[in-house]
Amino acid sequence: MSEIKIPVYNPDKFIEENGFDDHFHEHHHGDKYQSNFFTTYVFSLDHKIIAKQFLITGIFWAVIAAAMSLIFRMQLGFPEESLTWLKPILGKWIIVNDAGIGSLSQEFYYALVTMHGTILVFFVLTAGLSGTFSNFLIPLQVGARDMASPLLNMMSYWFFFLASLVMFISLFVSTGPFSGGWTAYPPLSALPQASIGSGAGMTLWLVSLTLFVVSVLLGGINYITTVLNLRTKGMTMWRLPLTIWAFFLTAILGLLSFPVLVGGFLLLIMDRSLGTSFYLSDVFVGGQALEHVGGSPILFQHLFWFLGHPEVYIIILPAMGLVSEVMSVHARKPIFGYRAMVASMIAIGFLSFIVWAHHMFMSGLNPFISNFFVVFTLMIAVPSAVKVFNWLTTLYGGNFKLTVPLLFAIGFVSMFISGGLTGIFLGNSAIDIQMHDTYFVVAHFHIVMGVAAFFGMFAGVYHWFPKMYGRFMNDTLGKIHFWVTMIGAYCVFWPMHYIGLAGVPRRYYTFDSFETFRHFDGINQFITVAAIITFIAQMIFVINFFYSIWKGKKVKSRNPWNATTLEWSTPIEPVHGNWPGKIPTVERWAYDYNKDEREFVPQYIPPREGEEMH
Amino acid sequence: MSTGIIILLCLALFVVIAVQVSKLSQLGSQIRGEEHVEIQNTNRNAWGMLLFGILFLVLCIASAWYYKNYMLGYGPHESASAHGGVLDSMFNLTLLFTGIVFVLTHIALFWFTFKYRYSPTRKANFLSHDNKLEIIWTVVPALVMIVLVIKGLVGWNAVMADVEPDEDYLEIEATGMQFAWLLRYPGADGKLGSKEFTKITSLNPLGQDWTDTKNLDDIQPSEIVLPVGKKVKVRINARDVLHSFDLPHFRVKLDAVPGIPTRFIFTPTVTTEEYREKLSKYPEYQVPSDPNEPDGPQLWETFDYELACAELCGKGHFSMRRLVRVVSEQEYEKWLAEQQPYYMSTIRNSDEDPYKGQLLNVDIKERKEAFEARFKSALESKDASGRIIKLEHVNFETGSARLTADSKYELENVAAMLKANPEIKASLRGHTDNVGDAANNLKLSQERAEAVKNFLMSKGVSSSRLTAKGFGQTQPVDTNDTEEGRANNRRTEIKI
Repeated sequence: MSEIKIPVYNPDKFIEENGFDDHFHEHHHGDKYQSNFFTTYVFSLDHKIIAKQFLITGIFWAVIAAAMSLIFRMQLGFPEESLTWLKPILGKWIIVNDAGIGSLSQEFYYALVTMHGTILVFFVLTAGLSGTFSNFLIPLQVGARDMASPLLNMMSYWFFFLASLVMFISLFVSTGPFSGGWTAYPPLSALPQASIGSGAGMTLWLVSLTLFVVSVLLGGINYITTVLNLRTKGMTMWRLPLTIWAFFLTAILGLLSFPVLVGGFLLLIMDRSLGTSFYLSDVFVGGQALEHVGGSPILFQHLFWFLGHPEVYIIILPAMGLVSEVMSVHARKPIFGYRAMVASMIAIGFLSFIVWAHHMFMSGLNPFISNFFVVFTLMIAVPSAVKVFNWLTTLYGGNFKLTVPLLFAIGFVSMFISGGLTGIFLGNSAIDIQMHDTYFVVAHFHIVMGVAAFFGMFAGVYHWFPKMYGRFMNDTLGKIHFWVTMIGAYCVFWPMHYIGLAGVPRRYYTFDSFETFRHFDGINQFITVAAIITFIAQMIFVINFFYSIWKGKKVKSRNPWNATTLEWSTPIEPVHGNWPGKIPTVERWAYDYNKDEREFVPQYIPPREGEEMH
Repeated sequence: MSTGIIILLCLALFVVIAVQVSKLSQLGSQIRGEEHVEIQNTNRNAWGMLLFGILFLVLCIASAWYYKNYMLGYGPHESASAHGGVLDSMFNLTLLFTGIVFVLTHIALFWFTFKYRYSPTRKANFLSHDNKLEIIWTVVPALVMIVLVIKGLVGWNAVMADVEPDEDYLEIEATGMQFAWLLRYPGADGKLGSKEFTKITSLNPLGQDWTDTKNLDDIQPSEIVLPVGKKVKVRINARDVLHSFDLPHFRVKLDAVPGIPTRFIFTPTVTTEEYREKLSKYPEYQVPSDPNEPDGPQLWETFDYELACAELCGKGHFSMRRLVRVVSEQEYEKWLAEQQPYYMSTIRNSDEDPYKGQLLNVDIKERKEAFEARFKSALESKDASGRIIKLEHVNFETGSARLTADSKYELENVAAMLKANPEIKASLRGHTDNVGDAANNLKLSQERAEAVKNFLMSKGVSSSRLTAKGFGQTQPVDTNDTEEGRANNRRTEIKI
C-alpha cells in the first residue's frame, strides 16, 4: 500500500469564495472593546479570553481541592504520623497531643471533605470544564463571531469569580468553612449549634453557591442561544460536532435544574435566619428543644438532588462530547453512530431529571416510591452502554497516533466503563441498602464523574491548547502526566470498592472505633500514597500548562491535528471575531475522515459532484 | 517547620526538573525528526496500553480474590439476616453481568488501541454507523437491565414490607443523637411508650412521657441483644440531625430523620457465637486481634456485630458505635430479665417522676408477696416472738390514729391472710416512741390498734378473732436516741 497523502487546504480561499459576509469587521467595535490591558485580559468580552479565565480559575481551584484531599488522606492513611508540619498553614486545626503528634481536628477533617467535594463538583468540573469549553468551542465550532451576548458571558465569569472569592474567604473564618458535606443536608447545615462549620462558614457557602448559580445560568442561557441562533449558514443541528451537542444539552440541564437548587437554598436560608420550619421538626440540640415543628429534612434532599443528579450529567456530558470529538480526530475516523450518540445524550439528559431519588433510597422515603426511581436509573445504563460501544467501534479500524489527547480519551472510556458499571449496583435499591454511603459509593462516583470527567477535560485541554495559545503543550510531560494519572487514579479508587464491600462508611475520621472497619490500614495507606503520587503528576500538568503558554513549541500550521471542524479554519491565533474576513459556511458534517481518497475533509469544503453526504 | 521547608524545596526542584524534561524532549524530537519520533512514541504507548490493559484486568481480578474474605457476601461474611441473602444474590447477579461487560469492553478497548496504532501505510476505515450492530447493543443491555430491575424490585419490596398484623415480632427503638445511639426495648408489656422531643432532659434523653404507663417498664440497654430467628422491627428516630442506622452484617441501613420516624424489619439468623465459629475457619482471622499482643485473643474471637452511623452527623460521626449481640432465645430471656426499666433505675422518685412518693402496682405486688411470706413463716413458728409480724407499711398521720392512704394495701393483705386461715386469732398491737407524754402515747397506741382492728373488720374479718391493745412507749425494739431507732419503735404489729 502507498503512503497516506494528507491533503492541505487553504481555508481563507474557501471562506472568501463561499463564506458568508456579515459585515462584522466594518464596525470595528471589536477593537474598541479590546483597547487596553484591562478590557483585553480582565474584563474581556471575548469568548476565547473568558474561556481561558474559566480554565485558569478552574486549575487554581483544582489544585486547592486536590491538596485538601491529600491532607485528609494523610490523616486517614497515616493517623499515627504527625501533621505538625502543617501547623504554619492550618494553625489551630492541627491538634498536637502530649506526645507531640499533630493530627487534623475532627471539625476540620469534615470541613476539608466538604470543601473538596463542593469545589471540585461546582468550581472545577462545572465551571472549569463546561465553562471553559462551552465558551471556547461553541462560537468557534458553530461558526459565530462570539457568544450571543458577550456581556452576559463576561458577567458569567465574574459571578463565578465572586463565588470563588466568597468561598475562598470562607476557608479562613474562625469557626472554619462549612463542614456538613457537599450535599449540605439539614438539620446539620441549618443549625450552628450542631456543628461549628454550620455557622459563618455555611452562610458564606450559601452566598457563594447562589452567586455560582447566577454564573451558570448566565452562561447557560448564552450557550443555548448561541447554539440555536448563531450557527453559520449550512450548520444544521445534525451537522454540529458532538462537543456542541454536549454543551448545548448541558446548558439546558443546568438551566432547568440549578434554579431548583437555589429554591432549596432559599428555604434553608429562611430556616437558618428567619425562624421558618421548612426542613426542621422535632429537633433537640445544644440542650434545648427548638421551636421548629412540621418541616421535613427529606424535602431538602428532594430539592438538592433534583439539581444534584442532573449535575452529574452536567459534569460528564461535556467530557463525553470532548472525548467523542478528540477520539474521532485522532483515530482518523468518523465517530461511530453519530445520531445514536446524540440520541443517547438526549436520553441521558432527559432521564437525569427523573432519577434523583436514587440518592435517597435510604433516606426514609416511602419504599414504594423507590420502585420508579430504580426503573429509570437502570434505564440510563442503556444509552450509556450505547455510547461506550460506539467509542469502542470508533477506535476499531482506526489509524491513530497515540497523542496525549487520545490517550486521555481512551483513559476516559476505561474510567467511564469501570465507574459506570458500579452504578448498576447502586441504582438497584435492594443492593443500595448495603452499599449506600459506603466507600463503594466513593469509588463509584470518583471514577465515573471525577476521574472520567478530568480525563475528558485533559483530552480537551491538550487537544485545543494549540488553538488557545498558538503553542503545543509538551508531549513528554503530557505522556508522563497521562500514565501516572491513569495508573495512580485506579490505585486510589479501585481499592475503595473493597473497603466499601466490607461495609466501611464514607466520611469517617478514623476507622479504629469499629471492629468491623479497622482491618484496612494497608489499603488506606496504599490509597494515600497513590493519591500523593497522582497529585504530583497533576503538578506536572500545571507546570506544563503554564510553561507552554509562553515557551511551548509554536504551532506552525493552522490545522495541526488535521481536524474537520471550523475552529481550525481560523488564523493560528484567532482575532476578536474569530475569522478575519467572512465567516465560513458549512457544507458537511464534522466527521469526514478517510471517506474517500482524501484523508479528511473540513466542514467548509463543498461537496463534490456525486459525493454521498451524511 | 523544617518539614515545610523541605517540601517547598522539593517542589522547586520538581518544577526545574519538569521544565528541563520538557526542553530536552522538544530538542530531541527536533533532532530526530518529528514524524519518526511520533511513530516511535505511538508504538511505545501502544505497547504500554496493551501491557496496562492486561495488568489492569489481572490485578483487578487478583485483588478481588485476595480481599474476598473481608468483603460482605463472600467467605465468612454471608449475610447474618434472613433478608440479606436477597441482597447478596442480587449483588452477585449484578457482579456477573457487569463483570462480563467490564472484561470484554476492556479487552476490546486496549486491544483496539494496540492493534490500530498508526501505520503510515494503512488507512483508517470509514465506518460511520451500522444500524444492526447498534440495535443489538441497545437491546441486549436493555434486556439485562430488565432482568436486574425485576429481580431487584421483587427483592426490595419484600425486604421493605411492613410486618403483617398477626405476626409475632419484637419491636425495639434506636434514636440517633450527636454522637450516640440511644436504644429502647419495650419491657414486659411488649409496647414502647410515647415520647415527645420537648420533654427531653438530661435525665430523660428520649423525652419519654412518664404519664404513659407503657413507658414505665421500657428498658434503655447499652447494647442491642436479639434472640436468633426472631423478627425484629426497629423504630428509627433522630433527635437532632440526620443519622443512619447501619448494621452492616445484617444488611440493614436506614436514615434516622428528626420528625419523621422510619423503620427497618429484619430477622437475625446467625448468633454471634456461630459467626465467630465461621470466622475461625479462615486463616485471615486466625491472627492476633491486636498486632502488638501476639499471644492475645485471635481476630475471630474478638468479632462482634456492630451498629454504626452511616449519615454525616457532625464531628463525632465516626464514633457512634453500639455493640450488637445475637443470642439464643434462652440467653435473651435471661438477659432481658436482668435489665432494669429505665424509669425504675433513673427516674423513680426523682423530680421528673410524676408518681414521686406514690405507690405503683409493682410496689403493691411486691409488698403483698413479702407479707404473705412473713405470715407463713410466722404460722410455722413455735416460739412466741416468731409469731409477731411487724406491719411495715401501715402508717398513721402524725399524732393521730388516722391511717395513711397507702396503709390499706398492707391491711388488705392482712385481712386476706386472716380469712384464708380462719382458725387463727390475731391481736393487734400499737407501739410508739418516747417522744411526748407517756400517757398520751399509750392512749394513741390504743387508738391506732383499734383503727387497724376496725379496718380489718370492715374487710370482713370477724371481730371475735381480733383483739386490739396499745402499749405506748413501753416495748421499744430499738434505741429511742436516734431518729432511725424511734422510727423502728413506732410500729404496728400483729401477733397470731
